[in-house]
Amino acid sequence: MAETVLPKLEVTPQNPLVVGAGASLIEISNLSLFYGKSRALKDVSLKIRERVVTAFIGPSGCGKSTLLRCLNRMNDLIDGVRIEGSAKIGGHDIYAPDVDVIELRKRVGMVFQKSNPFPKSIYDNVAYGLKLQGVTSKGELDTAVEQSLIGAALWDEVKDRLQSSALGLSGGQQQRLCIARAIAVKPEIILMDEPASALDPIATSRVEDLILELRKDFTIVIVTHNMQQATRISDETAFFYMGELIESGPTQKIFTMPKQKRTEDYVTGRFG
Amino acid sequence: MTEIQNFKTRKFDFASFFFSGLTGFSTLLILAILAVILGNIIINGWPNLTWHFVSTIPKKDFFDPATTGVLPMIIGTTIRVFMMTIFVLPIGVITAIYLTEYAPSGSWLTRIIRAAVNNLAGVPSIVFGLFGLGFFINFIGRNMDQLMHNPGPVWGQPAVLWASLTLAVMTMPVVIVATEESLKAIPMGLREASLAIGATKLETIIRIVLPQALPGIMTGGILAVSRAAGEVAPILFTGVAYYMASLPGKLSDQFMDLGYHVFVLSTQSPDIEKTRPILYATVLVLLLLTFALNFVAVLIRARVRKKLRALG
Repeated sequence: MAETVLPKLEVTPQNPLVVGAGASLIEISNLSLFYGKSRALKDVSLKIRERVVTAFIGPSGCGKSTLLRCLNRMNDLIDGVRIEGSAKIGGHDIYAPDVDVIELRKRVGMVFQKSNPFPKSIYDNVAYGLKLQGVTSKGELDTAVEQSLIGAALWDEVKDRLQSSALGLSGGQQQRLCIARAIAVKPEIILMDEPASALDPIATSRVEDLILELRKDFTIVIVTHNMQQATRISDETAFFYMGELIESGPTQKIFTMPKQKRTEDYVTGRFG
Repeated sequence: MTEIQNFKTRKFDFASFFFSGLTGFSTLLILAILAVILGNIIINGWPNLTWHFVSTIPKKDFFDPATTGVLPMIIGTTIRVFMMTIFVLPIGVITAIYLTEYAPSGSWLTRIIRAAVNNLAGVPSIVFGLFGLGFFINFIGRNMDQLMHNPGPVWGQPAVLWASLTLAVMTMPVVIVATEESLKAIPMGLREASLAIGATKLETIIRIVLPQALPGIMTGGILAVSRAAGEVAPILFTGVAYYMASLPGKLSDQFMDLGYHVFVLSTQSPDIEKTRPILYATVLVLLLLTFALNFVAVLIRARVRKKLRALG
């Protein structure tokens, strides 16, 4: 049933592992965001292709997380936020008045910086989104939980203790559980807000491997502070500074021959 | 090096010594007062606390130690505390949910509601009693009688329903504040995780926030029970009876109450010396009942905590 609830957007049958293979899925044009009177994003225009990993980089406070949160309208939760311009996903303006935010968030999943599993069992964490959508059949839930945990490279570690608390997992496992929870509702896009910044190097590399695996099926937008991480996992990179998009393009190009001086200074570690 | 040598010349710190002594003394003083009160009541009350005393419905002359009993008072106090809990918890919790989850945090309306809640906590309990009389009995009760075409006052007079509602209004701030604190303690990240997966705000509150807040909410309930069990002033005009030959059977019945009965025994007795033993016993029963009501609530909370811990 889940498939009919979430109509997949048109996907061109190309090899998703080829960099930049997909058509653009997200189109941000002239987007500005204000917290009260201060302007956190200035006239950002950016196209994000489907089934590639796009990294948002830039110094703290540059607006990259804010822009990420525009894409599933999590900024709606903050009092006094105002948005100008438009953000389209699959051609539909997600800020149009008739948009169902709940439906949007089912299609645009999110993984947070600090892993935030619910204080429930591992099984219930993954099944949460499906139960919300009214899935009650145990068989269907079992299959979805297993598939999602396999997809998040966590199944082998937890398959014998699905009913024990998610809070008993290690930090890295918790973050992969959050990824499993996000993919269980079969979103098209997964937003990741520094998903590995609180993890140790081994847990980080597992999450990175997982992201490379996930991009076969999902469009991933990831905010990261870690330059090496951006080069390892992303196909395209957008560099932000003081609320502005300075430069975007294929990751390799951004890191080896950026057009802008500020991008070069940042990626070579001269500031940031 | 000179810093290190200074250790040797450290002087006796009189201020520290005095202050630590003062804190210990204050604690002892409180314990001593509690011991005197409880000791006095237990020593004088315990010998008079018989099964007959707690299981008997007394005759009109309840000042006679040989025949009297406090069963209707035990039942009356228990009923009004339970009914109050049933009224105060849902309304208090829903108000707290509004204030923490829905109300815009800085708005003037929210500030006014918070100030009102805090002021409500400071209102003397006798004023709640008068409010109950004016609002529940004279306004709501009488209008109910009129609408139902009752020949005489049924609802427009003191009743256990009105007394419980008055107590619920009085203990509302306790429940609201305790619930608000426990809601605020839940990490924002959990709410975000739920919303980001496509849950509505209501689903997030019911499935994620409230289960986590339950122990804190129950702490509020326990505090409300503690406060309400011993209060007499709010029920004085709204439901308590000096004497009733039978137990309350309907919401519109009056009831007898332990706290009020203590007041009656100590002020209305024709022979104060003769009544004193049962006065002590009644006070002891009131204390034990209050402890018992609290204990039940604490037990329930412990079970909820254990269940949550098994999950979290």
